[in-house]
Amino acid sequence: MTLTADTGIGALGDPSGPGPAQLPPIPDGAVMVTVTIQRFNPELDEAPHRESYRIPALPTDRILNLLHYIKWYIDGTLTFRRSCAHGICGSDAMRINGRNRLACKVLVKDVITDKKTEVTVEPIKGLPLEKDLLVDMEPFFEAYRKVQPFLITHSNEPSREWIQSPEDRARFDDTTKCILCAACTTSCPVYWSEDAYVGPAAIVNAHRFIFDSRDQGGQERLEILSDAEGVWRCRTTFNCTDACPRGIEVTKAIQEVKRALMFRRI
Amino acid sequence: MTAAYDPPATRGIEAPRAPRRKLGGRRSNMEMYSWLFMRLSGIVLVVLVLGHLLIMNVLDGGVHRINWGFVAGRWASPFWQVWDLLMLWLAELHGANGLRTVINDYARKDGTRFWLLMLLAASVLLTVGLGTLVIFTFDPTIS
Repeated sequence: MTLTADTGIGALGDPSGPGPAQLPPIPDGAVMVTVTIQRFNPELDEAPHRESYRIPALPTDRILNLLHYIKWYIDGTLTFRRSCAHGICGSDAMRINGRNRLACKVLVKDVITDKKTEVTVEPIKGLPLEKDLLVDMEPFFEAYRKVQPFLITHSNEPSREWIQSPEDRARFDDTTKCILCAACTTSCPVYWSEDAYVGPAAIVNAHRFIFDSRDQGGQERLEILSDAEGVWRCRTTFNCTDACPRGIEVTKAIQEVKRALMFRRI
Repeated sequence: MTAAYDPPATRGIEAPRAPRRKLGGRRSNMEMYSWLFMRLSGIVLVVLVLGHLLIMNVLDGGVHRINWGFVAGRWASPFWQVWDLLMLWLAELHGANGLRTVINDYARKDGTRFWLLMLLAASVLLTVGLGTLVIFTFDPTIS
């Protein structure tokens, strides 16, 4: 079955827009889904606005597939980041139905019901908006670099393999999973307010090295995180833990850093 | 230093072998002590405030027996003086520290933040000063 222009597919608000030449066949079992996307073109728009698209989707499709469909067949100007599309590069964090998620990990069947077949997609909050779903990630990476996210040693290089016990490895296992997608940091209400809080992701990546038995820069990182804009700004709202697509217990990691600071013991 | 291309991903990161540099002198543990104070004063306040409410409102006739004589009798004892003083100071500082956090989070301009914090500090000084003065100079014989 092929679709023609009069089947109602396309931008709801603008039927006369530049139409696609050829729509792909609709697979069996597809449902019509209304995707509402926050659009913003800095060269034309004063402020962001919403646009809705009614498109066919399989319940097993990911939200990223919907964005692809819109970009490839309806409006090529739709702008968003994605690289691997398999939940590991951390490029496509966005607000899906109001929650920070990776577009490549959320399935259509998980956001629609029999009665409501609508999905809202917005850019992540708290970072400067550049276009549509694209934000400037530089402030996020600036905070990340601040905690020195690399192994620091001051002693002589070991002459043999540096062995770490499974117990020592387990202490920071959770925080090695971070993919720097910014879903946690941009879900944090403290980060939304206009100041320099380093944010959960930077603390998670500091935790990964602070609690690594081979690393010797822990005290330096703790000092950096004890700053006025460091871990003490955390209000334990758990938004970050809820947002993390890798299932990292972010708030727990932040609390562990607080405890290490309080007792000056790693 | 060489003038080699500095890719954006490493900008701002010290070279791994760079000599150790003293971190900025501004660092202090002020925020940690403020965070700790909130937890500890909170625990103490639970006892002080619930005890106060129980004595004032529930026990032995509750609020109906409170009059000049009742207050004078309580403040004749150093125990209740210390209790009320501790409650006043801890509650005021606990609340003010919480408000300081709210102001820091919500004030958008540095000027607004500064003046709101000044207003807060003035209110703390006034409340704590006046309360302390009354507890210590209370004269039951005044007519």
